[in-house]
Amino acid sequence: MEKPFHRKDLLGIKDLSADEVLGILDTAENFREISSREIKKVPALRGKTVINLFFEASTRTRTSFELAAKRLSADSVNISVSTSSVSKGETLVDTALTLDAMQPDCIVVRHSSAGVPHQLARISKAAIVNAGDGTNEHPTQALLDAMTIRERKHKIEGLKVAIIGDILHSRVARSNIHLLTKLGASVRVAGPRTLVPEDFVHLVEEGLTVSENVEEAIADTDVVMILRIQKERQDSAFFPTLSEYAVHYGLTQERLALAKEDAIVLHPGPMNRGIEIASDVADSARSQILDQVKYGVTVRMAVLYLATGGRISREDE
Amino acid sequence: MVDELKLVEKAKIMDSERIGRALSRLASEIVEENHGAEGLYLVGIRRRGVPLARTLVDKIEEIESVRPEFGIIDITLYRDDLSTVGANPVVNRTELDSDIDEKTIVLVDDVLYTGRTIRAALDQLMDFGRPKRVQLAVLIDRGREHRELPIHADFVGRVVPTKKSEIIKVMLEEYDGVEGVGIYTLPDE
Repeated sequence: MEKPFHRKDLLGIKDLSADEVLGILDTAENFREISSREIKKVPALRGKTVINLFFEASTRTRTSFELAAKRLSADSVNISVSTSSVSKGETLVDTALTLDAMQPDCIVVRHSSAGVPHQLARISKAAIVNAGDGTNEHPTQALLDAMTIRERKHKIEGLKVAIIGDILHSRVARSNIHLLTKLGASVRVAGPRTLVPEDFVHLVEEGLTVSENVEEAIADTDVVMILRIQKERQDSAFFPTLSEYAVHYGLTQERLALAKEDAIVLHPGPMNRGIEIASDVADSARSQILDQVKYGVTVRMAVLYLATGGRISREDE
Repeated sequence: MVDELKLVEKAKIMDSERIGRALSRLASEIVEENHGAEGLYLVGIRRRGVPLARTLVDKIEEIESVRPEFGIIDITLYRDDLSTVGANPVVNRTELDSDIDEKTIVLVDDVLYTGRTIRAALDQLMDFGRPKRVQLAVLIDRGREHRELPIHADFVGRVVPTKKSEIIKVMLEEYDGVEGVGIYTLPDE
């Protein structure tokens, strides 16, 4: 069998080949069963150290990475910005060198600036996994979304996917656009003009289109991916009010009815019920939101395994 | 990592018929030792233990009219040589769908050599529950002098004394398209 992954770091989906993406997804399939065991733990990364370095608040992603590391028997440590010396004025490079001196095997990093994981990867001997960098990428989110889609649709190729919301600021959207178009899905994006710039030249890949309105984007799709509306953007005048956003762009049952009969709904969480997604949609059988959370742990187990460990020296007995 | 293409066949020691006969005998020995097939649970170790275990399940059912349970374990995540330099091992799925508590587990593998694969399989099994008893059936036992752990097989198709430089290859229909067991060496040895 082909080796799925040769890299030291997982910095983004953009640089991966379709084969690498499929390799990670296939590996993740085989980690799935572990989380349903009575003893949810395998010794694969025993003695390895994983540092979760979060410069930005996050509960679910950090918890998900932490559980993934623990289920592989790695020791994991969480460092969040408020408790670290970064708030005392330490530079990123010094933080990286300090952590590196503690000899971790993997650093999972989230930062509000794009490119921070890439910079760390150049400095650190540890494997760097990007858990979200600014508006750039959030690769494990795209991978868990893909795993969720594959579970229900059994493939990605040929699917029509709509991504609705703040495309401009969304690393989730970016990683998903890269992943889905690489694997042969066609992706349509829609949202307020201010958040879905017409000039998408830097992002437009084969298979990506910008739709005029939400209805057009959703029509006849297999997957509707709703992005979280970041309330702080309202102050920056990207859109007038939250209630207006809900009226024009929120995913309601009426809008969802335009998609295919068996279309599924994804949301990376945390949800603003009644704003970007109506409560009855979020709680419907179409919604895969809790499966996304479940597969998040699975995908991150596979990523940690592939990035840090998993080397053998000889053929099996 | 052994380069498969360069291997030189030294001797063919079993063909498809002999493998079949050895498995028939193993099936009889397993039911004799366990006084029937009640509570038997055969677990194949990936990869080549899996088709062997499946064949043993069929043969035991023929003898006893009771079908033992069947499962698969992949020991990759339990190996003791992770993180030594080499290639990324591919993780495959473990499938133990029914409870192993209070069952008599028969682990099935193609070749018993150092015993380290079996150690990993035992550790994994214990994470799934508390079987009443665990036994080991192998098609080929390369001999005690190679053992690196206190592990032995309860049911052996054939003992084949070998040198460390030799390689035993078990070929099975499911993976290789042909069936047979051969001894191989690298050309310079």
